[in-house]
Amino acid sequence: MTPFLRRTVFAAALTFGAAPSAFAADLVVSAAASLTNAFKTLAEQYEKVHPDTKVVLNFGASDVLMQQIVRGAPADVFASADQDAMNKAEAEKVIQPASRKDFAANQVVLIVPTDSKLGIGALRDLTRADVKRVAYGNPSSVPVGRYTKGALEAENLWEAVSAKGVPAQNVRQSLDYVARGEVDAGFVFATDAAIMPDKVKVAVRVPNRTPVTYPIAITTQTKQPTQAASFVQYVLSPDGQAVLAKYGFQKP
Amino acid sequence: MDGIWTPLLLSLKVAGWATLLNAVLGVAAAYGIARWRSSARDVVDAILTLPLVLPPTVLGYYLLVLVGRRGVFGAWLESIGITLVFTWQGAVLASTVVAFPLVLKSARAAFEGVDHQLENAARVLGVSETGIFFRVTLPLALRGIVAGVLLAFARALGEFGATLMIAGNLPGRTQTLSVAIYEAVQAGDDNTANLLVLVTSVTCVVLLVIAGRLVPPAARGLGDSYERRRFRRGPATR
Repeated sequence: MTPFLRRTVFAAALTFGAAPSAFAADLVVSAAASLTNAFKTLAEQYEKVHPDTKVVLNFGASDVLMQQIVRGAPADVFASADQDAMNKAEAEKVIQPASRKDFAANQVVLIVPTDSKLGIGALRDLTRADVKRVAYGNPSSVPVGRYTKGALEAENLWEAVSAKGVPAQNVRQSLDYVARGEVDAGFVFATDAAIMPDKVKVAVRVPNRTPVTYPIAITTQTKQPTQAASFVQYVLSPDGQAVLAKYGFQKP
Repeated sequence: MDGIWTPLLLSLKVAGWATLLNAVLGVAAAYGIARWRSSARDVVDAILTLPLVLPPTVLGYYLLVLVGRRGVFGAWLESIGITLVFTWQGAVLASTVVAFPLVLKSARAAFEGVDHQLENAARVLGVSETGIFFRVTLPLALRGIVAGVLLAFARALGEFGATLMIAGNLPGRTQTLSVAIYEAVQAGDDNTANLLVLVTSVTCVVLLVIAGRLVPPAARGLGDSYERRRFRRGPATR
């Protein structure tokens, strides 16, 4: 090996080898996409109180996160946007049932772009011919999609609306589609709509058929159960609840 | 089985249209660039090659900003009745843009490899410029062009990122094979994912075999006869 080659290999080994162990305790939290803003703030505040722990956040549709954990993703805490995804995680034995707690509640809303001229004021309006496209989370992997499907089925509108449906990969994609005006209306959580008040407005507050509650739990494969439990505790504490309330989440 | 045929046929349709568009646009652009004598040539070539190096998400975003309902050309497109976002035509646009440089690069190299003396000979014999292009230049460059077009088809068939961003994931309408696989994996539907992955792999092998059987021999034939003719005339250009 020439000195140059040896130095290059050494540098490469350093770069790849050293990076993952930069923090003594990385706590990986997989959280539903609708929790993005709230959990970023929560993690920052938690790190201030616990400077030796680095919270690594992983956002996505709840079922996608659940799949990742089932397939061995190294998550320590899982926060889901509905009970369904958490039930599946529990059935797969990847979360500790005793650690499972509801920590927030939400509301599904139908939103339209702020400059929408369609005058959508009820779920029934979505079946009108001038409403061309409606975005909602894909019910097979996105909780808000399941809530949406349930609410529309209850009013016998699901078939008509899904014919012009644009299934999104997570709730924030639905929000983005409406904000860009690519769809005429979309279903998101009230907390998501509140992020872009200049671009979207709430047209209908969808009545909750099933309670829209968020469960959190510690995974079975976590290597740092103490830190994981401490983070869950922080989310449930008055400080944590205050952050969630700031972003519009209700108490479960 | 319906869940497999629909995305497969849609993928083939989208890739087919994208390849057809690229065969025309890519070859025309390559010919123009190969013959253009200007210092701006390299800049234009670099811009046209960008889709090869840019992440598909960047291309998807550009397309969304350009042809989205509120995009730069969105309102105009809508006024003439063209909707690209969330339609299969949008998927064609994404695949075309992503695969374009593959045709451009191969065709440009092929055109630049054509012996100018042969074109001049045709010119001396009184063949029109259009005639020279179709009867001399294009046949001589065909092998490289076909290779580029085949690559473009393969790339278009596998296009995912830009397609998902502009055409979305509408089952039966814009859900191509690659998007259907993504969705099946996201939903944890391993059976569907396995089946779709198998179908994709088999389709690609079949396409490669067909391409190997049909196209290169024809193109090689042209090259061979050209080589033979040249050999008979003696090593004039060596």
